[in-house]
Amino acid sequence: MVVIMEVVLQHLTKSFPSRDRKDHGDVIAVNDFNLTIPDGKLIGLLGPSGCGKSTTLNLISGLLKPTSGRILFGEDDVTNLPPENRGIGLVFQNYALYPHLTVKQNILFPLENLKGKDKLTKSQMLDKAVLSAKLVQIEELMERRPRELSGGQQQRVAIARALVKTPRVLLLDEPLSNLDARLRLQTREEIRRIQRETGVTTVFVTHDQEEAMSISDLIVVMKEGVVQQIGKPQEVYDSPANLFVAKFLGTPPINLFEGQVKGGRLLIGGEAVLDLGKIPDQKVYAGVRPEGFALHEEGGFSCTLDRVEVMGRDISVVSANQASLNPLVRAIIGTENKIDTGRYREGSRVRFHLIPHKVYLFNWETEERIYFGER
Amino acid sequence: MEKKKLNASGLKGWLYLLPTLLFLGVFMVYPLIDVFIYSFEEGYNSASQTYLGVGGYNYSYVLHDPYFLQAVKNTFLLVVITVPLSTGIALLISVGLHGIRPLRELFQTIYFLPYVTNTLAVGLVFMILFKKTAYSDGLINLLINWFGGNSVDFIDGPYWAKMFVLCFYTIWVVMPFKILILTSALSSVNQEYYQAARVDGTSKFRIFMRITLPMISPMIFYLVVTGFIGAFKAYSDVVALFGTDLNAAQMNTIVGYVYDMLYGDSGGYPSYASAAAIILFAIVLTVTCINLLVSKKKVSY
Repeated sequence: MVVIMEVVLQHLTKSFPSRDRKDHGDVIAVNDFNLTIPDGKLIGLLGPSGCGKSTTLNLISGLLKPTSGRILFGEDDVTNLPPENRGIGLVFQNYALYPHLTVKQNILFPLENLKGKDKLTKSQMLDKAVLSAKLVQIEELMERRPRELSGGQQQRVAIARALVKTPRVLLLDEPLSNLDARLRLQTREEIRRIQRETGVTTVFVTHDQEEAMSISDLIVVMKEGVVQQIGKPQEVYDSPANLFVAKFLGTPPINLFEGQVKGGRLLIGGEAVLDLGKIPDQKVYAGVRPEGFALHEEGGFSCTLDRVEVMGRDISVVSANQASLNPLVRAIIGTENKIDTGRYREGSRVRFHLIPHKVYLFNWETEERIYFGER
Repeated sequence: MEKKKLNASGLKGWLYLLPTLLFLGVFMVYPLIDVFIYSFEEGYNSASQTYLGVGGYNYSYVLHDPYFLQAVKNTFLLVVITVPLSTGIALLISVGLHGIRPLRELFQTIYFLPYVTNTLAVGLVFMILFKKTAYSDGLINLLINWFGGNSVDFIDGPYWAKMFVLCFYTIWVVMPFKILILTSALSSVNQEYYQAARVDGTSKFRIFMRITLPMISPMIFYLVVTGFIGAFKAYSDVVALFGTDLNAAQMNTIVGYVYDMLYGDSGGYPSYASAAAIILFAIVLTVTCINLLVSKKKVSY
């Protein structure tokens, strides 16, 4: 039997009563959230802190009740079900492993709660626990207590505990935020592997765009409770829907300029830098990804050089431009063509061509994307 | 050079400790040793500062004294009854308090009132509750009569009635402190554990037994140990309830016996008092050691 475990969020809204005594308006944490999570996929909820991503996760888990809207797991409407009847596994940001229980007891804990026809015998429980522990590769740690484990191992135990009841949906709240940089890389691969092996529909929350981009099948970018964009990581990066998404994704971040569209051409600081095709004249934000610059003697875009950073694989040309909204403009240039870095000195002029598909225009008022060119 | 500096700072450290050491030495260590010595000096006379000999006679006398044996019995009864009961009731009240949101502060204040109330005032209240006077039999007896029972003299009556009043009083007096400690212990348990348990469908009872209790077990243990020690040292409460002639009332405690031996009507025997005090010390030490051993097995994190 193949169960299609699609998770559907329909017009999900959650508001909290305001804590401010003078302001009696509600705080809307999640506003009209619509999302269909395909079966067996890994979804990253991404946004700055306070954007409502954790609230969304708690709505899916059932720890919070939505103010309005519906949540469907496959065919079932789970909106009014308590967490224990939804068939979810939840991994908390601080893991919430019971400190007085061993790893084995921690993993067994959810199974021991089962009642009635779901009740398992001791040996069935143990089999399941061992299976779950094997999946996250902690079977040799079963007799230890949580405080005797490293952060990464605790994380694995938490995942094993969440998976032991074979949940329909696995939810992870900032799974990597408590790990050091090296472990973070390792663990995110691990989460990806576990998700692939079990095929469980998984939602995880993060504020780290790199984390979300690297392992998600789909990412959902949120801001102030409102979904900004949903899509495959590369699509969202390559084609941000608005200024917020463009700014939020990418390291180093996108370079922003105050620009002007005039006669179908983009002007930055009075210089015509790009042909746009048929677009009405207006003031715009012009965003250029760091990799969207190409050094060229006759390039239309000129800057004052600040410094050149050699990174080995590629070099960063850091320069200043009067129309730039960031203090400095960072351009990353591949080193496949040999570049004589000695030629560039501080204060000298550098000129770039802009690569059209790495340039995004946004309306100055609405901050929405303005599409141009062949699109 | 380095070494000299270190030495100098070491000396400085001792200098800082000196005032405390002096006070502890004069008012604690010296009297303790003195009591220990007294307890072995037979027939010590405090007026002439002389004694007849050294040996275990003081202990033998005290251990054969029916008043002392009564005091030991009373003290042990008090300990065994009040410590588990007061801790258990305090735990129930704390869990209840923790469960309600509205007016929690008000209730906490009410439960804390006995702690800040003057002992004499409390004694008066208990008098109204229990004491038989020419005018009334006390509030409790009124209640008993109302339900069709016969009046009991709680203050001068049968032994069990007096013991009941003493235990009731002791439990009531130690309750606020325990509730204070337990409510703060309960609220310091990370909420994530409860959320995790909820997601796993854990029943309320199981959450309490498997999560709440183990998490606050260090605090419960602390209350049990201090409760034991406090109950073993009971004296002033007994005086407040039954007056100073405790031997006659059959309500003496070990500390009361020590006091009577020193200053009571039949007093003036520092050697016997010292021996009794050392016996009490030995009992408390043993019980605390047992407590610690048990806790090592039970308080597991």
